[in-house]
Amino acid sequence: MRDAKKVLLAASLLAAASYASASGTLIYCSEGSPAGFDPGQYTAGTDFDASAETVFNRLVQFQRGATKVVPGLATKWDVSSDGLSYTFHLRSGVKFHSNDSFKPTRDFNADDVVFTFDRMLNKDNAFRKAYPTDFPYFSDMGMPDNIVKVEKVDPMTVRFQLKTVDASFLADLAMSFASIQSAEYADKLLKDGHPEWINSQPIGTGPFVFKRYQKDAQIRFVANKQYWDKAEGPKVDNLIFAITTDPSVRFQKLKAGECQVAAYPRPADVALMKADPKLHVLTQSGFNVGYLGYNVLHKPLNNLQVRQALDMSINKPAILTAVYQGQGQPAVNPMPPTQWSYNKSVKDAKFDPTKAKALLTKAGFPNGFDITLWAMPVQRPYNPNAKLMAEMIQSDWAKIGVRAKIVTYEWGEYLKRAKGGEHDAILVGWTGDNGDPDNWLNVLLGCEAVNGNNYTKWCYKPFNDLVIKGKSTANVAERTKLYTQAQVIAKQQLPLTTIAHSTVNEPTAKNVVGFKVSPFGLNSFYGVSVK
Amino acid sequence: MTTQVQMSAEDKALAYPSPLKEFWQGFSYNKGAVMGLVFLAVVVVAALFAPWVAPYNPIDQYRDFMLTPPSWADGGTAKFLLGTDEIGRDMLSRLIYGARLSLLIGLSAVLSSLIPGIILGLLAAFYPKVLGPLIMRVMDVMMALPSLLLAIAIVAILGPSMLNTIIAISVVSLPGYVRLVRASAMTELNRDYVTAARVAGAGTLRLMFVTVLPNCMAPLIVHATMSFSSAILDAAALGFLGMGVQPPSAEWGAMLSSARDYIERAWWVVSWPGLTILLSVLAINLIGDGLRDALDPKLKRAA
Amino acid sequence: MFSFILRRLWLLVPSILGITLLTFGLIRMIPGDPVEVMVGERTLDPALHAAALHRLGLDKPLYLQYLDYAGSLLHGNLGQSLVTRVNVWDEFTTLFPATLELAISAMLFAVVVGLLAGVVAAIKRGSLFDHGVMGLSLTGFSMPIFWLGLLLIMLFSVRLGWTPVSGRIDLAFDIPVRTGLMTVDAWLAEHNDPANFAGAFKDALAHLILPSIALGTIPMAVIARMTRSSMLEVLREDYVRTARAKGLSPARVIFIHTLRNALIPVLTVVGLQVGTLMGGAVLTETIFSWPGIGKWLIDAIQRRDYPVVQNGILMVALLVILVNFIVDILYGIANPRIRHAK
Repeated sequence: MRDAKKVLLAASLLAAASYASASGTLIYCSEGSPAGFDPGQYTAGTDFDASAETVFNRLVQFQRGATKVVPGLATKWDVSSDGLSYTFHLRSGVKFHSNDSFKPTRDFNADDVVFTFDRMLNKDNAFRKAYPTDFPYFSDMGMPDNIVKVEKVDPMTVRFQLKTVDASFLADLAMSFASIQSAEYADKLLKDGHPEWINSQPIGTGPFVFKRYQKDAQIRFVANKQYWDKAEGPKVDNLIFAITTDPSVRFQKLKAGECQVAAYPRPADVALMKADPKLHVLTQSGFNVGYLGYNVLHKPLNNLQVRQALDMSINKPAILTAVYQGQGQPAVNPMPPTQWSYNKSVKDAKFDPTKAKALLTKAGFPNGFDITLWAMPVQRPYNPNAKLMAEMIQSDWAKIGVRAKIVTYEWGEYLKRAKGGEHDAILVGWTGDNGDPDNWLNVLLGCEAVNGNNYTKWCYKPFNDLVIKGKSTANVAERTKLYTQAQVIAKQQLPLTTIAHSTVNEPTAKNVVGFKVSPFGLNSFYGVSVK
Repeated sequence: MTTQVQMSAEDKALAYPSPLKEFWQGFSYNKGAVMGLVFLAVVVVAALFAPWVAPYNPIDQYRDFMLTPPSWADGGTAKFLLGTDEIGRDMLSRLIYGARLSLLIGLSAVLSSLIPGIILGLLAAFYPKVLGPLIMRVMDVMMALPSLLLAIAIVAILGPSMLNTIIAISVVSLPGYVRLVRASAMTELNRDYVTAARVAGAGTLRLMFVTVLPNCMAPLIVHATMSFSSAILDAAALGFLGMGVQPPSAEWGAMLSSARDYIERAWWVVSWPGLTILLSVLAINLIGDGLRDALDPKLKRAA
Repeated sequence: MFSFILRRLWLLVPSILGITLLTFGLIRMIPGDPVEVMVGERTLDPALHAAALHRLGLDKPLYLQYLDYAGSLLHGNLGQSLVTRVNVWDEFTTLFPATLELAISAMLFAVVVGLLAGVVAAIKRGSLFDHGVMGLSLTGFSMPIFWLGLLLIMLFSVRLGWTPVSGRIDLAFDIPVRTGLMTVDAWLAEHNDPANFAGAFKDALAHLILPSIALGTIPMAVIARMTRSSMLEVLREDYVRTARAKGLSPARVIFIHTLRNALIPVLTVVGLQVGTLMGGAVLTETIFSWPGIGKWLIDAIQRRDYPVVQNGILMVALLVILVNFIVDILYGIANPRIRHAK
């Protein structure tokens, strides 16, 4: 009886304590409900913000607000001289979270790393069999084909064996899908018959402990008091995601003080936000590109002169003003200027409808032609309003006699048909994954990708050779040279018209300290405090 | 027009005013209805003669005048009376051309649910054994799904476009017509004049369309008017959810939907389309009320 | 009475069967591929794609898929969401209370304001008040509610700051979920722990006001018009005249004799408005970020989440049927002529 009283007292004290520091609560107006909390299964930023960036860590991580790879759960690593073997030395004393059903009995070790990757590599992994899932991001990065094995050398050392040299391998491991799961938790879930809880009750080593999720309403986290990184750890006691799908409502809530950070503001609102004395807008040039791809397999887009004519008749500055509301910079290359190996000497063709008309006549189309122009049905980080952009391009092209019909499909259908090559010209784009040039040039324009992300279907040997060579070269100076040259070829051949790199804006309340905008479009709240 | 059949059976010694005149007297008694009619007439004229009435082409982009306020507001110019939208298109011209689309969608949706509605309703009334209950069950199923959800699902299947908006709205409003036609036809079927026509050897088709149908017209006309206005509202809702008419066409709901992005900065892009929808729908509903009063005083009861 | 209810229940069976067929068919006709949506701009390995479709059971012939579906329905199993992999029933039960709360509050607003306005307009027939009510209700009836919602937020939340912008409660309150109805949960929390949850109930109510007005405007307009005309009808009846002649007080005549009978058609309208309300919830929830089933269904349609769409729509349809069924029964109780009709 007395014990019970004591427990009660302690509990009420605890409750009082956690409430007393409620000033340490950060509310983030997020843009949507995550599909789940198992980062390996998903590809979208909304999912990663709610799991990988809060609950989990990776072996190596991107420095907050940068593309630089820094130690995470691995303190250091060695690469063999042939570049095929990576040995990671793990951090000791890292604790996993606990919740109502799971209390970890041991610290993080090599078993957890092996489990995490075995589950993604091995179709016969016991856990994967009990809870079948796909790992689309992992396979899109070419990991299943390239990783020969992941082995435990000793309890605190793990070795990855690769098939071919991959210059971006380390950066890939820093991506959200490579978040380290707990092998002990997985075993327990398997034993209890609830393997699906890995997706709804996540356990990780990250800065915040998952507490509760209500679909379309909120996600609640509390600080991980035992977090290993004191400098970049949690600085608020409670982190709450207030799920608010409408951007103007997010803005209103921010103004009303109902949240302290808001995701994805509408470009049109940014000027107002900047003028608001209660708000602070963090700005970073975006790590993305929005472009117009020409399907070079379709006539007359196979003709270079036609592509040049279409390219030079588009009024980019007007698009930047109307669609991006000034929140973007004109894109010249298919990768942003902040990406290393960006070629500054490449220049856009001058906006010149008269010359474009002449080029069309020369190419045999004095009266223009009909063409389909595909516009995405959704807002993407690289393109806030594809329909509006399409309307503007349509009107620009009409002036040189090209009659464009705007086509749109439901998002999944759009991508599927575009991969199948049904379009003539298509508005689409890309957000960088890992800060490697290969992730732009090869992924968007390489021959390997013509049935996938290469919506231009452009497979051009001189370009492809450079890009392939770049991927298997380790020396950065050498790679820079190759990629710089590849960008020149892309501009000459014009398989696409690059439109813009959108600026990422993140409005916060004035009392939020230490928030950094991620180039990858992620939102991380460790190291962030509220005054 | 609708009372002729009954009249012939009654005492002709009473001097009735002409049906049209009688109708107009009833209708014009309702001041709101007349106001609605005048407003709608203005909208219809503007829509029909849009190329002459509208100051600009609705898809011409004046990129030096993006988001210009209405002419009387600060920063407005006399060139654009109601201001311009996000890429410098004239609001007034877009609203006028938008009237074409909205009226066309409303009218086509009404016609394409009215005609099958009449046929199915009459069939259900004339064959009460098997076909009737079957039709009514199917209609019940359609009625159980909230109309907007059903319309969204249909548009998702067919893809967003003006034609598919019309199809979705007419499918959704079909059950209302079928029920109404069936109910009024069932009442008429028990009347003496129908029995008389039957005895006189009229075929089923003749009974359906010549004998019974004209006497069901009064409630049908009222219902059609009301569903005309709700078709405009539904089309706007679909456009608002991005599932209606596609750009660059100026449809009121779609205009409102894209204007939402500028609600903080440019009140006019949000206000005009919304106000236009409200006023047009209100006008049509007022006319519907007037029609109800004029055609059949008993109908006042139906909501 | 019992046989009347049984008869009505029996009529529901073919309707429900029809609804399962309709929702199943509708969803399969929607082009698109849930796996593609999940992957986005990234490439999808064809083998992986096929494996994913197989895992989700989407590679079987259609009739088998329907039989699977019907079979699992009979077992009370609504399947899993393709996106979140959570049971559809669980998602429905967490989101439905939000819609229910909004619908009840909107209906309450509609009935209270609509009835009052209708009754007073009928009594003061032809007065300025009457014309005002009728004009306003027709305006409400013609209102695009998505626009109304935006205007309400702009005016009351942004300009005047009287009401919160969106959501169900200030998230500083970590309200334990008991009933799922935020007002009730907040009241309970405040009642049990006044120190930590002071003002929670009031806050929950404040969040409910604008969405309820937006959603309730159309039903309110309909009810006001209906009440007025059915009151006028009843006021003309002989028994009312008799009651008046007997010298009963006007209040008594109106509230005891007239209103009760005038309510019968109003009841039907309330039943019919449930469907409209569910449709309106789609728009209202989108505008006010209200975590209910309307928004859930729209998202699911956009993501081609088959089990959620077909079972979600099924649930909504069943709900509409259920409410109309109850209205039918109430109607039967109020009106013996209907009860005994074959």
